Amino acid sequence: MRTIRLVAVNVFKESVRDKILYNLVIFAVLMISTSYLIGQLTGGQDVKIIKDLGLASISIFGLLISVFIGIGLVWKEVEKRSIYTLLSKPIRRGEFVVGKYVGLVLTLVINVAVMTVAFYAVVGYMGWAAPENVRAAFPSPAADPAMLKAVALIMIELMLVTAIALFFSTFSTPFLSAMLTVGLWVIGHFNDDLRNLGSYVGSSTAVWLGKALYYVLPNFAAFDVKAQAVYGQPVPMGYVGLTALYGLTYVAFVLVGAVTIFSRRDFK
Amino acid sequence: MNAIEIEALTKHYTTGFWRPRPYPALDGLTLSVAPGEVFGFLGPNGAGKTTTLKLLMQLIYPTSGHASILGKPVGDIAVKQRVGYLPEQPYFYDYLTAEELLEYFAALFGASAAAARQRASGLLDDVGIGGERRVQLRKFSKGMLQRVGIAQALINEPEIVFLDEPMSGLDPLGRREIRELILRLRDRGCTVFFSSHVLADAEALCSRVAVMANGRLSATGRLSDLVAFHVRGWELVVSGLPDTALEHARSLGHVVRATKLGEGRYALELPLSPAPDRTLAEMIGQGARLVSLNPVRDTLEDFFVQQVAASKPRTSAEVA
Repeated sequence: MRTIRLVAVNVFKESVRDKILYNLVIFAVLMISTSYLIGQLTGGQDVKIIKDLGLASISIFGLLISVFIGIGLVWKEVEKRSIYTLLSKPIRRGEFVVGKYVGLVLTLVINVAVMTVAFYAVVGYMGWAAPENVRAAFPSPAADPAMLKAVALIMIELMLVTAIALFFSTFSTPFLSAMLTVGLWVIGHFNDDLRNLGSYVGSSTAVWLGKALYYVLPNFAAFDVKAQAVYGQPVPMGYVGLTALYGLTYVAFVLVGAVTIFSRRDFK
Repeated sequence: MNAIEIEALTKHYTTGFWRPRPYPALDGLTLSVAPGEVFGFLGPNGAGKTTTLKLLMQLIYPTSGHASILGKPVGDIAVKQRVGYLPEQPYFYDYLTAEELLEYFAALFGASAAAARQRASGLLDDVGIGGERRVQLRKFSKGMLQRVGIAQALINEPEIVFLDEPMSGLDPLGRREIRELILRLRDRGCTVFFSSHVLADAEALCSRVAVMANGRLSATGRLSDLVAFHVRGWELVVSGLPDTALEHARSLGHVVRATKLGEGRYALELPLSPAPDRTLAEMIGQGARLVSLNPVRDTLEDFFVQQVAASKPRTSAEVA
């Protein structure tokens, strides 16, 4: 555990000093802040627009951070050969992979926290600045704490994306890893179509294959409760808990795969 | 117990997409290194030196064969605890400082934060970059990175250090410093296994060497055994030698080359046969005086070139 912690802290240190991360976070915070201006352009719908844009920004920029840093972490170590010295130290390859993952998740938690604080600052200001009669018309409070459930599920989703990016990067190039990760993310958001393939096609093989893929591929749509959060619709804690459990179990399987591949690899 | 024991270690890579063929990077290497030795692992580029070191560090897995370090199989965590490794052209994390890197590595060996800091600081001073300890590694030159690489290989006060081309990227001063460092390690009882294609380094440092060529072990032994008895001729220095006597000896083929040092004073290269005492006796008979007579031995470089030339490259067909 100590070794994993050391690797994780090192990843965190490295990534917070990388300019690409700063750029992404600054851009995300700017995006969330400017949603305030966009909200001003829409009569009566401003808070809803800001919430929509804010949560979407957290999700999209989180995804970019996961993919860009996730795919680069292991690949860069191998390509630049810094892994040679590291693996000669008393560290198992599995500890290296898991440490890298934990470090990246730590980075993501900090970034998502920064973006969430920026988001709540903007919506909080909106709620405070709105006249009493306008505020009364909001479907839910401007700085509704229930939106944190959506943020929590975004975080779990990002953890899964990171694990997938790391998995691909243990054996593939960054470009291919990015393509495969984003590809899975897109498919995972339209997963229901795979399950319902039977209503579009007649072939039983295709229907069976669609169902199999539905269960095997990550169901990213399950993590998306942004619309409910924006409209103030209830998101049961049970759902959040079960979805988080699903996400974390999936992460565990993906990491086992990454460790297995990485442990057998030759570093030529 | 030997410090390093290698038995029939073989590594084949596969080349070709449609018709994969094995490419032998290392072929049946058997070798042992005793504790406390400074062992030179020599060979031209592509001889299999780095492949061997990577196998010993378990960065790659062997196709067949076996290797152990300090009596335990390579890759064992307990072994890694006692070993240091400098890869060829080392590279580290861009955004860490030299001090942070060494502290990180020291912590991986279980050092406390205070001990890690102290060790890192001492080593950076030892390798001559103490002044740059708080500079991020991305700003380091190749030579400075090499020094950081050497420092990190020693962070755990290892019993064995594996150095892959340790002098590479260093200026003459740096090379001398590293030589001195290796000798200090030897004096401390540390086993040093280093690969190089710079033979002067091996001649200055090694108690034993192995010469690799085309993935195979070409020769191994004490430096003195490998090169000292390969006497290939004699160097004779005489004074008062008349020109006629020199011409006569030349015409008989008893002198291969003559270099005039002064009036009547010559440095002569004599062949291995006939024995030099006969030529010398003739010259003394004509008024010459002996200044010195020395055997001309093969240098390690000569030996190295002979070994590499004698080893023909392996083809994949041979392996298959």
